[in-house]
Amino acid sequence: MNTATRRLAVQPNWWARAGWILLAAYVVYALGRLDFSWERFVTGLDNGARFIGRMIPPVIAQPDSLGKGLLESMEIALLASFLGIVISLPVGLLAARNLMPVWATWPARAVIALARSFHPVIVAIIFVKAVGFGALAGIGALVVASIGFIGKLFAEAIEEISLKQVEAVRATGASFMNVILFGVLPQVFGRFIGFATYQLDSNLRNSTMVGIVGAGGIGGTLFSAFQRFDYDFVAAILLSIIAMIMVGEVLATWVRGVFLEKGKVSDE
Amino acid sequence: MAALPASGAAAPAAALSVRGLVKEYVRGKRVLDGITIDFAPSGLTAVIGPSGTGKSTLLRCVNRLVEPTEGAIVFGGRDVVPLAGKSLREARREIGMVFQEYNLVERLTVMENLLAGRLGYTAAFKAWLRRFTQEDIDRAYALLDQVGLAAFANQRADALSGGQRQRVGIARAVMQRPRLLLADEPTSSLDPKTSVEIMGLMRDLGREHGIPVIVNMHDVELAKRFADRIVGMSGGKIVYDGEPAGLDDGVLKTIYGGESWLA
Repeated sequence: MNTATRRLAVQPNWWARAGWILLAAYVVYALGRLDFSWERFVTGLDNGARFIGRMIPPVIAQPDSLGKGLLESMEIALLASFLGIVISLPVGLLAARNLMPVWATWPARAVIALARSFHPVIVAIIFVKAVGFGALAGIGALVVASIGFIGKLFAEAIEEISLKQVEAVRATGASFMNVILFGVLPQVFGRFIGFATYQLDSNLRNSTMVGIVGAGGIGGTLFSAFQRFDYDFVAAILLSIIAMIMVGEVLATWVRGVFLEKGKVSDE
Repeated sequence: MAALPASGAAAPAAALSVRGLVKEYVRGKRVLDGITIDFAPSGLTAVIGPSGTGKSTLLRCVNRLVEPTEGAIVFGGRDVVPLAGKSLREARREIGMVFQEYNLVERLTVMENLLAGRLGYTAAFKAWLRRFTQEDIDRAYALLDQVGLAAFANQRADALSGGQRQRVGIARAVMQRPRLLLADEPTSSLDPKTSVEIMGLMRDLGREHGIPVIVNMHDVELAKRFADRIVGMSGGKIVYDGEPAGLDDGVLKTIYGGESWLA
């Protein structure tokens, strides 16, 4: 190196610099193409203020509908989480490449990849077409979402375990199931609980949305209130959703507390 | 108890008989080059030799944690090499193994790790619910007392020190009621004092239950102190097989090569 380059602590990466400049140029260009102008922004602010004005104060225009919708969302979330967890366990196990032969991991990984491909709302539309309107479609959609999420992370957790512990259990003459029960599952149980509670939380949020396409829950109530311009009812519904999500948080934290040691977020 | 004599005097029936064992991890490179050796039904045999010479491979071929390339391993009256499925598991039940890094299931309790030794005899559903037989549970507690860890029964395995974990590992192997105890460098991760305790424990348990113990190790002095018979390996072959007293400098040089490490 000559004295000029020795002056710097880190050598300049000209390719990286070119990349950043190109990125900045593209951002400016794309903003221009998307009709993103200052006037629209100001008009939007004004509209937004008036919109919020109509939402305050929130009014529970139809308490029956609100209560039913919330309850249904919670039921959808809980059922979908339970079923999703139960199915994800064997699917994730089959997808673990350090334990399973190729004829098991390929199909399992394909199922998981498929389950992850679509947003839950799109899957809900498909289920509504398949099984009709209502909570069954919502549950189906969220089970698929759960399998995609928990299955993938569970398989990756299994691929990170210490095979030495598994080897020792195998050396005692344990059957395959016993090796899984005593050698594999104890190592990943904590992380599995973490994924499961995260997905419960996620399903709770998604369950409010699948109703918009007719798959049951508070989403339907919200959407029809919106279409009727009942913005103060919309506000009430949104606030009640916030309350429900917070209850779900508390529930998830409690579940983690039961299965993991005190004060731990995950079993690490 | 006498170890198997090197020449053909009247010998007790061998508990383990290895015949022409060959292992190639890479085609053409033999890690085990035609090993033939018998082990008597009692006594502690130490296998010594440089790193990479196949000591660990030899032990792991016996319980098929490593698949032999060629050869036969006769244990309990039948060749272990072609076994699969249920008969392989039944053979493995009879062979207890102790590992260098203890290989306990860290998230399980000491009791659960001990009972894991009975998994070869327990159905999966019962194992899941931890419904082992009362006899197994009683034996586990008794063994725990014997190795001095009664107070740790319900502690998680990762709360124990290295020496304590190895004791649990040995107890787990003994829980199987094995007819052979293998130990793959059981003291390599332990301090000198603990190493002596662990070797003593294995020798005593082997005598108490009347089973042969085969130990891989690096520490030649420790081997001489506890073994009834020493097997020296080098380059995938057995280069010494006899009494600990016969391990003079000349023999050690043959096994390990080089002179500067000898006192």
